[in-house]
Amino acid sequence: MKETLGTTGLVFNEPLLWEKGKKGRSGFSLPRRDVEKHAIDEKLEGDGPDFPDLSEVDIVRHYTRLSQWNFSVDSGMYPLGSCTMKYNPKTNERQSAQPGFALAHPLLPRRLSQGVLKLMFELEQYLTEITGMDATTLQPAAGAHGELTGMLLFYAYHKSKGTPRSKIIVPDTAHGTNPASASLCGYRSILVKSNERGVLSPQAVAEIMDEDTAGIMVTNPNTLGLFEENIKAVSDIVHARGGLVYGDGANMNAIMGIVNMGDLGIDVLHLNLHKTFSSPHGGGGPGAGPVCVRKHLEPFLPVPRVVNKNGKYELSEDFPDSIGKLHAFYGNVGVMIRAYSYILSMGPAGLKKVSQLAVLNAAYIKDNLKGTFHLPYDRPCMHECVFSDKLQEPYKVTTLDIVKRLMDYGFHPPTIYFPLVVSGAIMIEPTETESKEDIDLFIESLKAIAKEAQDQPELLHAAPRKTKRRRLDETSAARKPCLSG
Amino acid sequence: MTSMRYLPHTPEDIAAMLKAVGIDSLEGLFGHIPEDCRRKEALNIPESLTEWELNDHIDTLAGNMAVSPEYKVFMGAGSYEHYVPSAVSFLLGRSEFVTAYTPYQPEMSQGTLQAIYEYQTLTSRLLGMEVANASQYDGASALAEAMLMAIRVSRKKTVAVSRAVHPLYRRVLETYLKPTDLEIRELPYLSDGTTDLSPLKDMDDLGGLAVQSPNFLGCMENLADIKQTLQNKKALLVVCFSEPLAYGLYKNPGQCGADIACGEGQSLGIPRSFGGPALGMFASKMKYVRNMPGRLVGQTVDLDGKRGHVLTLATREQHIRREKATSNICTNHSLCALAAVMYMATLGGSGFKELARLNYDKSEYFKAAIKQAGFKLPFSRATFNEFVVEFPAGFKKTYQRLLKKKIIAGFPLDGFYPELKNHYLLCVTETMHKEDLDNLVQEISS
Repeated sequence: MKETLGTTGLVFNEPLLWEKGKKGRSGFSLPRRDVEKHAIDEKLEGDGPDFPDLSEVDIVRHYTRLSQWNFSVDSGMYPLGSCTMKYNPKTNERQSAQPGFALAHPLLPRRLSQGVLKLMFELEQYLTEITGMDATTLQPAAGAHGELTGMLLFYAYHKSKGTPRSKIIVPDTAHGTNPASASLCGYRSILVKSNERGVLSPQAVAEIMDEDTAGIMVTNPNTLGLFEENIKAVSDIVHARGGLVYGDGANMNAIMGIVNMGDLGIDVLHLNLHKTFSSPHGGGGPGAGPVCVRKHLEPFLPVPRVVNKNGKYELSEDFPDSIGKLHAFYGNVGVMIRAYSYILSMGPAGLKKVSQLAVLNAAYIKDNLKGTFHLPYDRPCMHECVFSDKLQEPYKVTTLDIVKRLMDYGFHPPTIYFPLVVSGAIMIEPTETESKEDIDLFIESLKAIAKEAQDQPELLHAAPRKTKRRRLDETSAARKPCLSG
Repeated sequence: MTSMRYLPHTPEDIAAMLKAVGIDSLEGLFGHIPEDCRRKEALNIPESLTEWELNDHIDTLAGNMAVSPEYKVFMGAGSYEHYVPSAVSFLLGRSEFVTAYTPYQPEMSQGTLQAIYEYQTLTSRLLGMEVANASQYDGASALAEAMLMAIRVSRKKTVAVSRAVHPLYRRVLETYLKPTDLEIRELPYLSDGTTDLSPLKDMDDLGGLAVQSPNFLGCMENLADIKQTLQNKKALLVVCFSEPLAYGLYKNPGQCGADIACGEGQSLGIPRSFGGPALGMFASKMKYVRNMPGRLVGQTVDLDGKRGHVLTLATREQHIRREKATSNICTNHSLCALAAVMYMATLGGSGFKELARLNYDKSEYFKAAIKQAGFKLPFSRATFNEFVVEFPAGFKKTYQRLLKKKIIAGFPLDGFYPELKNHYLLCVTETMHKEDLDNLVQEISS
């Protein structure tokens, strides 16, 4: 193979912030004082926080060095399954940083905030169209927040029909957030197993769906990277018993312009703007989790809603059946601007191409690594594929060893040990923004690692070697938590 | 095509890759999807824009907004204008931070992990608490999660919330609690602008009490008294905030006995962005840590014994505990937490204190000038950088006239508090000059 991407270079050690401060330094240009000091109530006065004092140079070097210990999409391929770590276009950063948006107070009089309201109104329309649903709220701040919104919608809908019901069906391939979101609304999760093809079987759902079940939460494509081919039949069963179908849209990147979620019988769907719609993940957020619904759930959407009255945009509270508010203001507007910019940059043909190439990249990886790694579900995949460490078992090499070694080759590991239905899962989502050359190198690297697993397993056990830190002791971190310094 | 600059595949690449997977067209990749699930028509959204067309389009939209320096915005109410040092904005833009995922693989994420560990530490110090998490979405969701946590710890069924807590935070709390069997009791505010604790004595099943300080009316709550009132109850004291800079001047929640301190951190170096993304700050006593929501970064060592950081106590969290998790939160607001820690570190302890004092002094100057001009300050309690003014009936007209002069003379309170007609919440931070304050006083007096 060509030279591996991963190498070592000079990176710097850097202490904790408070290990480098010195009283008397300052990194801040204190604004000019143009008023006198006023007296203060001594009973209320405090000492001020015990922060280190640092110069601007100290600060800049500190964070520059720290940043160099991170792997990021801008450094290389980040194939985390179900996370859609695609390239984050730089123009989106420029757009969201425009002072008109960045400096805008959320409670500005409406006629002085028409620009951002128009953007939000149009983004809702675009997301509604892309998902094939009927209406959208942009308020939820993350995917799990969108799920919570969805469950609150379920609750409000059923309550309006008489009783909120008490159970919810969750497939064994679901993200952990699904059952956690459902229990916030008091719903008890009922697990349904996926069948031998890795998808939901209508019979299994029919057996547990009843009049006390609020509905089902389905991720489609699911976390095995498979299209839920029985989704329409499943939806029919759930609807026939008065239930609703929730779609976890974390994997929407596979089906833009290909599938209408609304046509599948999905009643509520959340999107992750920080996955499909290219806003950066920020090392753990902020994201945004808009929720799209069909007509019958629209009255329950969170308020305020952006409405267009004769060409003037307003924020309306006039929705008496609304579930209420999920965010102090309107959600993560800065993230919305990035997603809006992305959609306008791509256009209808571009978005469809995104999904086609995302699927092509995953299919190509699946076919090329089949045989090297165990492929538990050997079927056409969507935007991600799931392998396991079964073939490496004889060499006492685990998924963890394999992916830690992948770091030394210069790639971020895929998602591991998820979905739970595959023991030792390795879940690879390349996304559409990786080129054939980079994907070939990734495949070659994994093949080389499989060979090493056979010949020199100790290399994998000791990996990673080229990173800033070697494997960390997570057990003692949890046993004796040290959460601040 | 202009839209394809993020898609590196040449026609030859596509052909070669399709051949490798044994499919003859891109459409064919979806052949296994049942026919009746497939979309027939093209997406009905605008055709793609070039980068330059997009700039023009966005500039037009962003130009249609009222922001400083063109406008003088005397409005806080949960969103504050503060100077952000260039070093903070610049460092925050480093794409190693911006384009990384949640640090699940610690060996490759030590930058984010150490930075969040430092954020947790500085947040704990600022709030006077023992442990802070890696962030929540915003002040409102932080408050909702705090009350759910108070219920988990106390095993009670009622929470009490002051009416002087941000009205929008209270609405989010209501939304979160609606499907549960938990009851929210509201505490009125007194004529001095602080919370009336007298209804507490009839609340036997109280699991948590939330007050905000400085509260939405700008007033510092009497936290020591509140703590005293709770002494014989099992309820947790939740101290909420929307302007953490106040703790550069006033005693912090921990010093006043808070069990949980939570609120909005936008003030700490995060642009207002029409309300989001912001930063939910969340801290508590260490003895409650296993009931805390959200991500936590802990310190540990690697195989060579070198100090490093990892996500820890994950057994509380949704990906391990699923339906039994302490919260459903997954993606949080890591980059906003990073902005906040960079901001706190840049100011340092001395700078933070001085800046807080400057906010207070400007606000006090402004208060005095308004009072001298003959307007009424209805609440006597100490404030930080915002306060309520009662204007004479008919002030609405003046407010509209000032809008035309590009001055936003505070936030009208009657929408949230119908009894506070003609009352406005005014905010002054370090970004307002003495002339701006004098000018506004002159305008409203004329």
